[in-house]
Amino acid sequence: MNKTSPERAISTIPTLEARGVSKVYQTGALEVTALGGVDLSLFEGELVVFLGPSGSGKSTLLNILGGLDRPSAGAVYFRGDELTQFDDHALTLYRRDHVGFVFQFYNLVASLTARENVDLVTEIAINPMSSDDALGVVGLSHRMDHFPAELSGGEQQRVAIARAIAKQPDILMCDEPTGALDIKTGITVLQAIEQTNRELGTTTAIITHNATVANMADRVILLADGHIIEVIENSSRKRPEELSW
Amino acid sequence: MVMTFFKPLDRKLIRDLMRMWAQALAIAMVVAAGVAMYIMSEGMLRSLGDTRDAYYERYGFADVFAPLKRAPNSAVVRIENIPGVRRAEGRISKVATLDMPGIREPAQEKILSYPDKDHPAINRLYLTEGRWFRPGARDEVLISEAFAMAHGLKPRDKVTALINGRKRDFEIAGIVLSPEFIYALAPGAMFPDDLRFAVMWMPRSMLAAIFNMEGAFNEIVLHMEPGANRDQVIAKVDEVLDPYGGIGALGRDRQISHWYLSGEMEQLENMGRVAPPIFFAVAMFLLNMAVSRWVELERSEIGLLKAFGYSTRAVALHYVKFVMVITAVGYLMGAIAGTWLGRGLAVMYQEFFHFPFLYFSMHGDMYVIAASISFAAALIGTWHAVRTAADLSPAVAMAPQPPTSYRRSKNDRWIKKALGPTRMILRHTFRWPVRSGLTCIGISMGVALLISAMFFQDATETLIETQFTMIERQDATVSFIEPKPQRVVENVASMPGVMVAEPYRYVPATLRFGSNERRMFIRGIVQGATLNRLLDRDLKAVDVPKKGVALSTKLAEILGAGLGDVIEVDVREGRKPTLLLPVTMISEVYIASPAYMDLKTLNRALLEGDNTSGVHVMLDEAYADDFYAMLKDTPSVAQVSVKETMLQAFRNTLEENINIMNFFNTIFAVVIAVGVVYNAGRISLSERARELASLRVLGFTRNEVSYILLGELGLLTLVALPIGVVIGVALAWLWTLSLDTDLYRIPLVISSATFGYSISVVLAAAVGTAIITQRQIAHLDLVASLKTRE
Ligand SMILES: Nc1ncnc2c1ncn2[C@@H]1O[C@H](COP(=O)(O)OP(=O)(O)OP(=O)(O)O)[C@@H](O)[C@H]1O
Ligand SMILES: [Mg+2]
Repeated sequence: MNKTSPERAISTIPTLEARGVSKVYQTGALEVTALGGVDLSLFEGELVVFLGPSGSGKSTLLNILGGLDRPSAGAVYFRGDELTQFDDHALTLYRRDHVGFVFQFYNLVASLTARENVDLVTEIAINPMSSDDALGVVGLSHRMDHFPAELSGGEQQRVAIARAIAKQPDILMCDEPTGALDIKTGITVLQAIEQTNRELGTTTAIITHNATVANMADRVILLADGHIIEVIENSSRKRPEELSW
Repeated sequence: MVMTFFKPLDRKLIRDLMRMWAQALAIAMVVAAGVAMYIMSEGMLRSLGDTRDAYYERYGFADVFAPLKRAPNSAVVRIENIPGVRRAEGRISKVATLDMPGIREPAQEKILSYPDKDHPAINRLYLTEGRWFRPGARDEVLISEAFAMAHGLKPRDKVTALINGRKRDFEIAGIVLSPEFIYALAPGAMFPDDLRFAVMWMPRSMLAAIFNMEGAFNEIVLHMEPGANRDQVIAKVDEVLDPYGGIGALGRDRQISHWYLSGEMEQLENMGRVAPPIFFAVAMFLLNMAVSRWVELERSEIGLLKAFGYSTRAVALHYVKFVMVITAVGYLMGAIAGTWLGRGLAVMYQEFFHFPFLYFSMHGDMYVIAASISFAAALIGTWHAVRTAADLSPAVAMAPQPPTSYRRSKNDRWIKKALGPTRMILRHTFRWPVRSGLTCIGISMGVALLISAMFFQDATETLIETQFTMIERQDATVSFIEPKPQRVVENVASMPGVMVAEPYRYVPATLRFGSNERRMFIRGIVQGATLNRLLDRDLKAVDVPKKGVALSTKLAEILGAGLGDVIEVDVREGRKPTLLLPVTMISEVYIASPAYMDLKTLNRALLEGDNTSGVHVMLDEAYADDFYAMLKDTPSVAQVSVKETMLQAFRNTLEENINIMNFFNTIFAVVIAVGVVYNAGRISLSERARELASLRVLGFTRNEVSYILLGELGLLTLVALPIGVVIGVALAWLWTLSLDTDLYRIPLVISSATFGYSISVVLAAAVGTAIITQRQIAHLDLVASLKTRE
């Protein structure tokens, strides 16, 4: 709490704090340290971009912050409550009521249409937008009744994003949301994320391999080998449509 | 609120069900087989039991039967005065033979007196056709339905009887059923033969006149007071009847029809209480296995739902619904089929036993029990699998499938030697040892059930071979109304067509050892017998021991006596001596549980001359007709039993009980075997569709990919076959134990054909599954299965 963080335009109230978070995977005799003691705060309403080479622990960190996984050591606080002390039920409620996810591998339910995949989340959300609106935001109104197998990779990714923003979450976690997209659709998707961040004050974290995307962030966090090696603060955020790659 | 939660999930459920219908149906069929089997046999058994009890109750079936030589009617009062006796009735019971045009040998008949007017309180008759006696009518009879049906007899038809030494014609007044002759068995016969055994009722005055029994009776039947002690009543009755030549009263439990009926119902019950639970258990095991594997497949979906904030309970409920639908379909099919088959079987047995009516006792609790067990098995399987998946953190559950970590196991050294695809099969098999093991057990249960169902055929054929060609080698057996001196044997031997004649003696006796006793007949056999032989325990023909008594294995077991033990034998005929005899041989017999003695030794012990109860004969078939025709006119003949017809009667009996149940066992075993194999194959395909599609994309041919998937199924099937054979033999052995009754026992004999057939069915199911799966692999949508991430 008393960590000295630079003065921020957005807020000084941390939504999420990680303290000494590490994650070690045990596979047989092999130990893989995915995270080696990470300290980090995500502030109310800010947009953070994570950059780092493949295997540096980005997804692992995001999963832990989003309550999908538990760290091997360290603590995570959500608005001052220690997430790592939550039981299963409390963690479930945390995810349901506060977090929106975009997964690296989309994770759509194959037997449900695009709209139904979004319904899956809006059904249990407290204050969701309609599924149709959410799909409209990512430019998929004309594909709502298609099954995932009938959609392109990029379209599937956009369904996944619609699904994440539809619940109007407090925290939005996006794992490579533009990975499969061309510039134009990439920008549409980033606009949707940025709009959610701006209008709702959603604390947003984006993992990307595309350094240009970093220009739309308040802060850019660089990871390597399970450690934060650098934090860059942008003096100004670019709008997604101003990005070029 | 919960409903709105599940709207999209319910849609998923319906789509998944439609997509997996074949597999869901295979699981449902397995459930159906288990449920149908249980409801069918339970319903049939309860219907028969309730019907029999109601029949006994309504028609006043006697509690105690006491045959005697002759007593004046006044003795009935003395019986009625015995404490515990509610009412008693005296009647006349005689035997005669009938000359029926349909058969070449004389038919045996039992004649009972029936009150001239009115009906008795005990052992009333049920008139199926015709009318009761006309007052004062002469030469009118009532005749048992089974015999009438076998000969196509109708009321007003005439029959000719050789009765008390004279031929006499009788007119059939009515055709009747009696609770006393549900199982219509000629005295001394082992199986019912409706063509050759008749029961007739005559007006008492007429029967008394024919046999000079006016004012007298030779059998007492009685009802006891409720709660009276039967053994005490029987002891008292024996005491009262002793001076009148009583040969020992029998409780209902020893009455021949009831005894056989109970024996047969007990066997049906054993079939019905052993097989269905085994089938049911196997079905439930498979259901559980299939369901949990299927839910495991949905691991990443479960993780996803949890990531969105669905609670474990909500997720579990979704899968529970899915499984409930499959189980409910299976249960419904099973319950309907089981009810229908159970009723059908009950009706069939009603005809077989000649019950005048039938109660269907398909009680609700059977359905509740079957439903509870089915749904519980499905629920446990689902719940366990959902829990396992939900206990993973969503991040892990959702992780793309390839992190399946194939362990470097101990077997790795030789796995590495295998070629690529084979290596994949082996790795996969050992990667999931529990799953592979369960699948293997499932398949082996299919083999085992088939073996245990089909071995009956082998066992009964062996039984027949042993009993009817090794033990009983005669063509026919002629028994006399009264024991006759041995010279009668020469008379029989000189009859036309007789090649060998061998005398025997049957003596009613009570055998006792320690606290165990048994009422039965001792069979006297001649030395060097060739027609009716004894077998030792290795099934080798041996002579009856000159001294002591030879016990059949079953009788030795009942009495708890072994070689060298001295048993007490109370003879219930003639001078009624009590003999102390050492057990000098144990003899293997599959039908009934006889005791044997040397004929001479037996007669000497009885202090009688060379008496014989009858003669076994071997016939020259060319003269057989003359032989039988002559017997039809021989007054001293009580019965002629022809081995061929005895064998036929035995086969019919088997047909009526074991074979029919067994037919269903076999069918259900096939359903289960096919269900297991098909499911195992289909689930493997779903589990590995993505992996296989990737391989296809990498350039593996369709056949190579099929080999990887089907090789595993093949490997598991091959391992399962010998295990199934072992379990099958164990089950068969359990059968022989549970069917081990006084009536007959079946040997544990399993032919190679049974093994072959059982294995073939499972192999055929595997090949069928392989063909279907192969097609599905061919249609594997490479692009779609790589694109979507379920
Ligand atoms: N379930 C697991 N078991 C073992 N190791 C794992 C597991 N999940 C991740 N790892 C390892 O942890 C490290 C970090 O993985 P993570 O998925 O966080 O990387 P990432 O930065 O997201 O990479 P990418 O950009 O390729 O998505 C990697 O070395 C990975 O191999
Ligand atoms: Mg990643």
